[in-house]
This record gives sequence, C-alpha cells and structure tokens, in this order.
Amino acid sequence: MVTVQERTVSVWNNQVKPKIRLAGSGPALVYLHGAYGLRWDAFLDELARTFTVYAPEHPGTTAGDPDSIKSLDNLWDLVLYYEEMFDRLGLQSPVVIGHSFGGMVAAEIAASYPKRVSKLVLLCPIGLWRDDAPVKNWMVMPMEAVAQAAFYDPTGPVARQLLTLPDDPVARQDAEIQLTWSLACTGKFIWPIPDKGLKKRIHRITAPTLIIWGREDKLVPPVYAQEFASRIAGARVELIERAAHVPQLEQLATVSGLVRAFVAG
Amino acid sequence: MKISMFHLMPYRDLPADFEQRYHSVWVDPPWTELGNSEKVGQYYNWTLDELIYAAKAGLDGICVNEHHQNAYGFMPNPNLMGAVLARATNGMDVAIVQMGATLPTTNPPTRIAEEYSMIDCISGGRLVAGMPLGTAMDVTLCAGITPIEQRERYYEAHDLILKAWTAPEIFAWNGKYFQLPMVNLWPRPIQKPYPPVWVPGLGSLSTWEFSAKHDHCYCFLSYWGAKLGKKVMDGFWEFVDAHRLEPNPYRAGFLQLVVVAESDAQAEKLYAEHIKYFYDKSLHIAAEFFFPPGHQDYRSLENSIRKGLIQTQFELQAQVPNWQFKDFVENGFVIGGGPATVRDMLVEAVTKLRVGNLMVLLHIGSMPHELTLKNIDMFAREVMPQIHDLWDDKWENRWWPERLRAKRQASLAAAL
Repeated sequence: MVTVQERTVSVWNNQVKPKIRLAGSGPALVYLHGAYGLRWDAFLDELARTFTVYAPEHPGTTAGDPDSIKSLDNLWDLVLYYEEMFDRLGLQSPVVIGHSFGGMVAAEIAASYPKRVSKLVLLCPIGLWRDDAPVKNWMVMPMEAVAQAAFYDPTGPVARQLLTLPDDPVARQDAEIQLTWSLACTGKFIWPIPDKGLKKRIHRITAPTLIIWGREDKLVPPVYAQEFASRIAGARVELIERAAHVPQLEQLATVSGLVRAFVAG
Repeated sequence: MKISMFHLMPYRDLPADFEQRYHSVWVDPPWTELGNSEKVGQYYNWTLDELIYAAKAGLDGICVNEHHQNAYGFMPNPNLMGAVLARATNGMDVAIVQMGATLPTTNPPTRIAEEYSMIDCISGGRLVAGMPLGTAMDVTLCAGITPIEQRERYYEAHDLILKAWTAPEIFAWNGKYFQLPMVNLWPRPIQKPYPPVWVPGLGSLSTWEFSAKHDHCYCFLSYWGAKLGKKVMDGFWEFVDAHRLEPNPYRAGFLQLVVVAESDAQAEKLYAEHIKYFYDKSLHIAAEFFFPPGHQDYRSLENSIRKGLIQTQFELQAQVPNWQFKDFVENGFVIGGGPATVRDMLVEAVTKLRVGNLMVLLHIGSMPHELTLKNIDMFAREVMPQIHDLWDDKWENRWWPERLRAKRQASLAAAL
C-alpha cells in the first residue's frame, strides 16, 4: 500500500488553496485530473511505485474552497496559475501527465513553458476540435450516456468503481455536490467547445510526448490521437485495446507499463 | 392585487406523438421537421391579439418573455412584441410587463436599457422591467455562455443597466464582461429613477438575496402551482423576515395557469386536452439541459441537493403523463373550473403564498385563438372583480408603474 499525504498550498496571490496529494518516491511527476474531479486511484498507486507523484486538485474543486474559481477568468490565468504552483512545490521540470481535461491543461503548460515539462504524457486529452468528430459535451449528458461513451465496459468493475455513489445519504450528497462543482469549475475553461487556441500554441511543445488513447473512446474519439501527434514533434501514439476514455484504469498494467518505459527511455 | 396575463407564444400544433419521437422541446427540436413559418406568423399575430384583448378586458398588465430554440415559447426578442403592445394599448391603463429580455445574453446590456426605455417612452411610462437571469437552455446552450459565469454576467449587466438609466454624466464602464468607453443612454425611461424591476426566479437563494438587496420584486415562475410553490415562497418570506424587510405582498409575484368556463364540467371539456398538451409536449424538456454544472452557484447547488429540491421536481414530473384534468386541478398545477371554483382556489393560493403581483397564463399549450379569448373574457368578467381588492387595504404596490397604481376601472364592457 502506498501512503498518500495531503498538502495544501497557497497559489495566485493566496486566492486559491488547492489540496495536493503526494505519494511515492523517485523523479517528480505531476498528475492533472479530468473534469470529474481528483480521485486517488490504482493508476496513481502504480505511478507512486516509481515516481514522487504530485496530484493537485484543479482550482475551485477542493472541498471548502469553491469560490476560489472566481479568481481565475480564463485559460491564460490557469496556465500561469500552474506555472506558479510548480514554483510553490519546488518543481523545476517534472514529468507531467494529464487526463482528458487535465490533458488539455498539461499540453497548454508544456506549450507555454516548454522548459518546465521534462516529459509529457497525454491520456485522451481534449483541446482540439474536428467538425467531423465532435468531442461530446459531457456537461449536458445524463450519467448513463457518459458511462456508455467513456467506458469500454460500462457495467464492468472500473465503471462501477467510478460511478457508484456512497449509500450514506449525507456522503452521497457530498459526492454529488463535489462532482457537479468539479464539472462546473473545469467547464469554465472549455465551455461550450473545448477548442481554446491550443492548435496555435501546441507546436511550441518540446518535451518528448506520449499520447495514450483507448481505441473505444466515444467521448473524445481516438482520431484526435493523430491530431495531437501530428502537431507535436516526435510524439508517439499508443492506442489501447479494450479501453475507452479511462485507459489508465481499464488497462492498468499496460498503460502504467507504457508510462514507466517512456519516462525511463 | 395586480393581475397580468402572461403569454408564452408556444407552438400550438406539435404532432400527437411529439414527446415519444423527439428528445426535447427545447434546444434540439428540429425546425425543418416541425416548424411551419406560415403557421408561426399566425401564432405571433394571435398572441398579440390575445394580449391586447386582455388589456381591453381589464387585466392590469400584459406579459411577454424571451426564450430560444424551442416549441415551448419562442419570442426570441420579447421587446419586439412589447413595442407592438405598447403602441396598441396607448390610452389604456395597462402595464407592459416585459419578463423579459435576458440579461446575460444581451451584449452589450445597454441594448436592453435602450429598448426598455423605448417601450417606456412609447407607452407613456407603463413599463415593468423584468430582468431575467435566463434558463440554462437559453443562456448556456443556445447562446453559449459559460454556466459558471452566467450569474456574474447577470449581476454586471444589471448594474450597468441601472447606471445607464440613472447616471447624470457620461461614464466609462470597465467591467469584467463588458467594457464600454462612453455610456450615454438615449433615450431614458419616463419613469424615475427607473421603471419597476421584477426578477423572475425558480427558488434559488442567490436570486432572493439579489432581489432584496436591490428592492426589486421577486417573481416565482412555476408551473407546479401553489401547493409546491408554498415551499419556495415560505422560504422567501422567512428570508424577508430575517432581513427585516417590509413583508409587503407586492414584493412577490407568482405565475399560475388558469382556465375558466361556465362550470367545472365545462372547463374540463374545453381545456383538458390543451393542459395535457402543455405538460406532455411543451414541457418535454431533456432533464440534462436544466442544470448544466455551474448554472447554480455553489451555495444554491448545496441548498438544492441537500433539500432534495431537484429530486422532488423530477419525481413529480414523472407522474404527470398519467394525469387527467382533475389531477392537475387537485394538485394545484392548474386552477380551473367554473367561476366560483377558480375564485376560491385563486384566493386561497395567493393568500397562502402572500403574493400581490399575480401573473395568469390564460393561453395554454395548444389552445386555439377563440377559446383563449373566451378564457380571458370569463376570467376578466367572472373572476377578477372578486379578487382584485386583495391586499390593497394595507399595502401599496411600489413595484408597479406609478401612474397605474390606482385600481383599474372596470371598463371592459365598453372596451370589448
């Protein structure tokens, strides 16, 4: 079992106080979570065996700090905010992994500050747009529809683990509020179409980049893997069989193995 | 009491199997399959005629509102309708209640300040200025506004409009969402310092606070009647009490569906199918469009999840497809029947809710034009005179155009 520590840092002129989860030892790795909020999962456990994992919560999504989202107006603020957070954490040039929404943020950081990211791993990121393969708008989809699109096996153990809410009524309300507010805060930077100019900046990325996508992803179709790869010099794509939008949990061993080998290589 | 006729201007001829065949009446009903421009032209004209008829029949006000991309009620610019109504009712003591132009989607918001001023000038100072936050469907989906920014944009637009109406000097507006170098509004409203402001809402705490802070009238616009409305309005009056505000019933508005005929049986015969149409088709709204995350601010979100408010509404809505006329009436969604039934129910409802500004939806769903006129006529002759004096012994309606505050004389027979 990995011991996960919690740490709160103060960023953005003390206006945002995100909780950061920390575990493991080894080279520094920052994990940026997706739109549904941060959850310490088996993939992060795996990473913590090789790396010192820093998993911050996106601004506004930390329990007790909901209004801090008001201090960031747009994506430019968010990128500056993360660059500042790297300083607070004493991270000069960590490995950065981002999932879905977090993948877009990771790519933006790597494009804006190429020297602050040593290696970049994008897990089915959003951030680009094709009219013939629109990214699904999960903010206005019923949960069942999201599950159908996001999981290779929508009734399997991974989906159940992520979707099941607690039985206790108060804990359930807490979870619903937390989930809704995470979508609200991350949605601030992507509504109504998650194409906010990354295509103009993405060529600036210099970090070696690995793009991982579930072949069955119906939320953000895997055609985007090539869209990202063609814009980042030397980027490599791995399409994962029997996986959709959460390949790191749906095919835990494969994806964590790929990440370890990529960073070591 | 002040009683205004509300009109949604719905599509009146949706196919019988609409709710089975289509995902939602709002945002994504395909115009190319469902819409007919010739028919819609007729609807707009009927809508205007029905509201003008209500004005002539003695109603205190006539209301229109703004919605987009739907067959539920589609006046994308309510001020086009309001301008026609203002002109057509000149010389009548009727308020033009714009409920209204949606603040967060109008850019720049000074456009609303201008258009409302125009209506106030054309009508000779008879405007009520509704300032809606807008539904999530309209604002976030149809207009693409980021959900978590909707309320902030609203607050800023509101402050800008009020300043544009009242500032003696030309000013620069350096806002977060709007920047205008030289605001110098032409024209300005006749009513000083500005027309009465009504804020429509669905029971959110933040909207109560906002209305109270600015001394605006809070209007609970609901289709679920007084029984359910009581939960919300009790909360509102507790809030008013806690903040030591005057508990003036005119501080609040409420919307109610009303149908009147010669008898209860006749009302059921005439109106039942149109009420079914309204609840089954006009309100066939995809649940996921209602509350995109961020549409409610954090405190309102907490409040509604902890109190199960959203849950209650959806559970109730699930039963509605099986309802008959009597179920709608017994549950208070619709106040309908012969004149005595309607009078009694309305008095009970507005007393229970403590509401001074009543809005009545007298055209409902698929109701044809002639039947709507009949409903207006019956309501004005047989119901309104008996409930009109409520509250007036003790309270003044500070949220009504000043020149119309006296009781409207029943001039209906002559007018019609």
